[in-house]
Amino acid sequence: MEFVQQLINGISLGSIYALIALGYTMVYGIVKLINFAHGDVFMVGAFIGFYSISVFHLNFFLALLISMVACAIFGVVIERIAYKPLRNATRIAALITAIGVSLLIEYGTIYIRGAQIEAYPGNVIPDVTIKFFGVEVSSQSLFILGVSVLLMVCLQFIVHKTKIGKAMRAVSHDMDAARLMGINVDNTISATFAIGSALAGAAGVIFGMYYTSIDPLMGIIPGLKAFVAAVLGGIGIIPGAMVGGLVLGVIEALVSALGYSLWRDGVAFIVLILILIFRPSGLFGKNVREKV
Amino acid sequence: MLNIQNLNVYYGNIQALKGVSLEINEGEIVTLIGANGAGKSTLLKTISGLIKPKDGEILFEGQNIAGKVAQSIVKKGVSQVPEGRRVFANMTVEENLELGAFLRKDTKGIREDFEKVYNLFPRLQERRKQQAGTLSGGEQQMLAMGRALMARPRLLLLDEPSMGLAPLLVKTIFRIIQEINDTGTTILLVEQNANMALSVADRAYVIETGRIVLDGTSDELNQSDQIRTAYLGGH
Repeated sequence: MEFVQQLINGISLGSIYALIALGYTMVYGIVKLINFAHGDVFMVGAFIGFYSISVFHLNFFLALLISMVACAIFGVVIERIAYKPLRNATRIAALITAIGVSLLIEYGTIYIRGAQIEAYPGNVIPDVTIKFFGVEVSSQSLFILGVSVLLMVCLQFIVHKTKIGKAMRAVSHDMDAARLMGINVDNTISATFAIGSALAGAAGVIFGMYYTSIDPLMGIIPGLKAFVAAVLGGIGIIPGAMVGGLVLGVIEALVSALGYSLWRDGVAFIVLILILIFRPSGLFGKNVREKV
Repeated sequence: MLNIQNLNVYYGNIQALKGVSLEINEGEIVTLIGANGAGKSTLLKTISGLIKPKDGEILFEGQNIAGKVAQSIVKKGVSQVPEGRRVFANMTVEENLELGAFLRKDTKGIREDFEKVYNLFPRLQERRKQQAGTLSGGEQQMLAMGRALMARPRLLLLDEPSMGLAPLLVKTIFRIIQEINDTGTTILLVEQNANMALSVADRAYVIETGRIVLDGTSDELNQSDQIRTAYLGGH
């Protein structure tokens, strides 16, 4: 039964990775950029949620919403200032810029509010232990899972059923052809950053609530792991990011369950190395040859 | 309807179009023929706003659209079927057509145009739930044309619609081009297949290394010795 409990913990952790990974993968799909500042947007989201709850005494859902909106705006600002001028530059230039933006956000946050760790208020949502069939699950785990799944369903709806979602898919497939349809490519790219960043913001609030401690550098490791999750699922593929996140979360939980919890972080990167060696296009990716 | 004056376009330091002037009257099919790399696609991309010209004018119904963003040019009524079809392979036929009508808000008109496109290309209706990437080359060409028509353009730019298609399909495509023109859409047709192009066009321009070297009615060009040897394979 211990195993099943760990599995459920893994799935909730994995759903947080999945939320962050979605932003990585959507942005990569549309501008072919690994946005390394994405993990820091997640951190900013956690802090906005924290201040909303502890200073403004808002409830969890309002805090989540405010954090998502603020991160969406933040993501668009980053894109417009840092990445848009580099749209036609080499990919390595954009990648280095992303790392620069990441450091700027991390140490900018430290400059503004200091590096001290903040404790998330623990009683935001009820934490009771639910037992069924001998398995003990915390209501928080289930709650995290529920919120994540809901957000992913919303995302699927946006991407497949709405006009902006169709524009995003068109732009990610062929930018010039999308322009010929009259699609405003710049706005579509901004919308992608907005949606991805909103999901990262949501992940930040959920993460803070679950792990209770947040700090300005908290985005680095979850950000990198979400990147692993995105590559695992196949970078640029939305369902891939969801599955990649869940798989990674479960692997980590199982490693802990086997008694190697110190190895947890390392295992994530072993997964990255293995996937790059054996299946570089990811679980969901097709090995497509580029047409010349 | 379209009046291009002295258009100069550069790729970096290389001049791709050298003082191109060209005119299209309402209701015409005008063809632009020329070899690979002569600048045909560059001209269409410049008209559509994918490339900004260095100088020169592109007047569409009296308004200069040179250097405007692609979006506003589509909105004014100029649609392009790009070279190599460029359909959205990961989306269904229906979604591709919807994207063609991206800027339109008249739901009723869009529904009518779906009907029209499906009447013009019954194959697309059969395959409307299929991913565009799984279509044959000819079907993709039909989809690319249908997609452009969904914007209800007054000027349709066609870039090499016959490329890579079997002769029988080429005939079908050209018959449909004629049909589209008959319903009142003005057409600028870029082709390497000069024979076919001249057979449907009212007038033609010949472009060589970025310069218009000849123009006239299709009949005149059909009889020109220069054209016969260079583009029509005659002697």
